[in-house]
Amino acid sequence: MVEYGEFMHIPDGYLGPNTYIVFWIIMIPIWYYAGKKLSTELRSKQVPLLALAAAFSFVIMMFNVPIPGGSTGHAVGGAIIGIVLGPWAAVIAISVALVLQALMFGDGGITAIAANCFNMAVVMPFVAYYSYKFISADSEMTSKRRVIAAGIAGYLSLTLAAALTAFEFGIQPIINQSPDGVPLYMPYSLSWTLPIMLLEHAFGFSILEAAITALIFAYIQRTDASILYEEKSVKKMEKTKEAAPA
Amino acid sequence: MDKLVRNLAIGLGLLIILAPLGLLAVGETFGEWSVEEVQEKLGFVPPGLEQLSSLWSAPLPDYAFPGGGESLTVSAVAYIISGILGVLICGGLLYFVGKRVAHD
Repeated sequence: MVEYGEFMHIPDGYLGPNTYIVFWIIMIPIWYYAGKKLSTELRSKQVPLLALAAAFSFVIMMFNVPIPGGSTGHAVGGAIIGIVLGPWAAVIAISVALVLQALMFGDGGITAIAANCFNMAVVMPFVAYYSYKFISADSEMTSKRRVIAAGIAGYLSLTLAAALTAFEFGIQPIINQSPDGVPLYMPYSLSWTLPIMLLEHAFGFSILEAAITALIFAYIQRTDASILYEEKSVKKMEKTKEAAPA
Repeated sequence: MDKLVRNLAIGLGLLIILAPLGLLAVGETFGEWSVEEVQEKLGFVPPGLEQLSSLWSAPLPDYAFPGGGESLTVSAVAYIISGILGVLICGGLLYFVGKRVAHD
């Protein structure tokens, strides 16, 4: 029997309640705020793109690729979604994909939905968006620099999310063991999980994420850069205020 | 904008068709072993893990038909159907909800 599961989706049974409950407590207000923000900021013409983003995230995560060393895994798509739609809309889009994967396809555990969403639907798009923004600086919307920024953002965001996942796995034997020292959930410790997850991503899946992010970004940039998410800057808001004195 | 969405959607369609290629990539998947594999590796199954791992049985576990055939063709078909279902449900849900909350 071959297992087609992969790396980033934590299954049921690997995190103890003291860990997965914490993530539910963290995620509920994040989902609430993201939903509120989306419902006030979403424009009708962005809706198809939002729907497409969730669908894309779903498909790219089930697309397993092999890497040297005998492992298989996948990209997440969290970086490009964060950059194009903004990190808060990305939280919703990727969370929807992850919840469906857990409920219908057993990809990721039910108890671990919040932890998986935190890693892939929050950390990824936020790290990606802000590193993209930082590297892009004041460059033109259509500049090459932004393509490179998107690629680096993809690389960094998945590597960091993988390290975080490894951390969540790896602390289990420390914080969840029976009185006689038997691990209750994930049995392998940080000294195992961290190097493995980091190596496999830094030299494998994060490169894939970087390539996908840069490629899709370059395509959107050439076709219609106006859809790329821009935070309302203070300057622009001041301008709007001046234009419409209330 | 419409052309962009259309072309991205075409790309997504291609991705679904190609996704079963991943089935050929059989590898060790760290952190996602079955209970039997954990038993084999460690000589025991952590009690909490054993208890929680059977909490949920998904209708299409690992994007395959439950108890379905082992043949690659069947797996590939199940994989593509899973991809289409995922796209329809995720995309459909966000499109429907999005249209209701969006402003012009």
